[in-house]
Amino acid sequence: MCLAIPGQVVELFPDQPHTAVIEVVGVRRKVDLGLLADNLPLQGEWVLIHVGFAMSKISEEDALDQMRTLRALGEAEAAMQEVQGYSLEESEVPEDSGAQKLLEDIS
Amino acid sequence: MKFVDEFREPEVITKTSAEIRRLADPNRHYRIMEVCGGHTHAIYRFGLKDLLPSNIELIHGPGCPVCVLPMGRIDDGLAIAQNPDVIFTAFGDMMRVPGTMGSPLEHKARGMDVRIVYSPADALKLAEKNPDKHVMFFAIGFETTAPSTALTLMRAKAQGVHNFSVFSNHVTIIPAIRAILDSPDMRIDAFIGPGHVSTVIGCRPYEWIAKSEHKPVAVSGFEPLDILQSIVMVLRQLRVSEATIENQYKRVVPWEGNRAALRAMAEVFELRPYFEWRGLGFISQSALRLRESFREWDAEQRFDIPGVRVTDPKAAQCGEVLKGVLKPHQCKLFGNECTPEHPVGALMVSSEGSCAAYFNYEHRKTAIVTSIASVA
Repeated sequence: MCLAIPGQVVELFPDQPHTAVIEVVGVRRKVDLGLLADNLPLQGEWVLIHVGFAMSKISEEDALDQMRTLRALGEAEAAMQEVQGYSLEESEVPEDSGAQKLLEDIS
Repeated sequence: MKFVDEFREPEVITKTSAEIRRLADPNRHYRIMEVCGGHTHAIYRFGLKDLLPSNIELIHGPGCPVCVLPMGRIDDGLAIAQNPDVIFTAFGDMMRVPGTMGSPLEHKARGMDVRIVYSPADALKLAEKNPDKHVMFFAIGFETTAPSTALTLMRAKAQGVHNFSVFSNHVTIIPAIRAILDSPDMRIDAFIGPGHVSTVIGCRPYEWIAKSEHKPVAVSGFEPLDILQSIVMVLRQLRVSEATIENQYKRVVPWEGNRAALRAMAEVFELRPYFEWRGLGFISQSALRLRESFREWDAEQRFDIPGVRVTDPKAAQCGEVLKGVLKPHQCKLFGNECTPEHPVGALMVSSEGSCAAYFNYEHRKTAIVTSIASVA
């Protein structure tokens, strides 16, 4: 339950500054940026997500490490289940996203 | 058994392990408490105890929000959901936690509308999609999770969603640490501080542990190396009788914490005068309830709850394991009546519970070793 899931900001909404679409290993979901109101992430930046809310900004390197840690803890599946469980808005993997590379990097 | 080679950067792990051995005074028995259930899980999963000398004992702290919740509160939440117009929502971890008359999942099997959500925001969305029902969110968690519940309530208020309420069982970590230090049964030398709670509250709230109690604290990440480095940090301090707060998890934890998160919590929540914790009894100012300004979204205000104090089954020793007085396998029910398949208490249900962690990693390892030894 203390899962902190790394995700990359792939879409921002000018009329909804506290919402973003993040991508975690190819899965895209909307998360709430309200807790990063003082330091909103830019497109392409990485965040740590907990129960559908972005909690902190992290480097890409740390994001990859975090995914490895979740895998090593046996929590990667639970993490993906959680992300997929966030309000099902979009669920397609775009063809040339970084997801494939990320999957290769962490396996 | 994790062989060092199975870790990333095995050479660094080996070096750090050797440093721990070098720093640990052989004439001393160290008791280091990892507060957070996530660290307990990591310690067992990575087999870190095998990398430590035998005079370093890791004590499991009460940082598992599912584990510390007394059974009566589960009953209260389920009582609210007896109303056929109410949809009971909670995180997956809550679903198998036993109440007096069964877990939420068991209630679901008997016809109650019980649904898993992965975010409080999704409970709110469910309310928006079901205007003829009332959605109640059974909120649990320390300061890591409370800000998200707070923001969700702010959104509910701003958007005028009235068929939504939160049953708050959020608890705060500092009073629990204080209760551990005040307990006559416990002697703790140092703490491995929680990783994700600290992203919200920062490191400052731990300063009294160093200043008044003279115990070192290292706020730690969750990788094997993070935890081992944190042990090095506290041992270095103990060696020279120093006590300060160190941040091993700098890459994620800001010293000042997350101001926006703290603001949200302050706007929505206030401290209860006291709250009951499994194992630690009643602790003052240790839990959050909704402020008067959010009364309408407070499930405790909108619904009648039994509010009955329910003790754990007599034979279960959940409280003692939670306090760190007993190790999981020392509980009489461990591995027999109480297993992850049929848990008696929350510590065996939650992924952060020390009993579940011990059962899944240590217990199995011992069983394998024993069975190999008996055949040899």
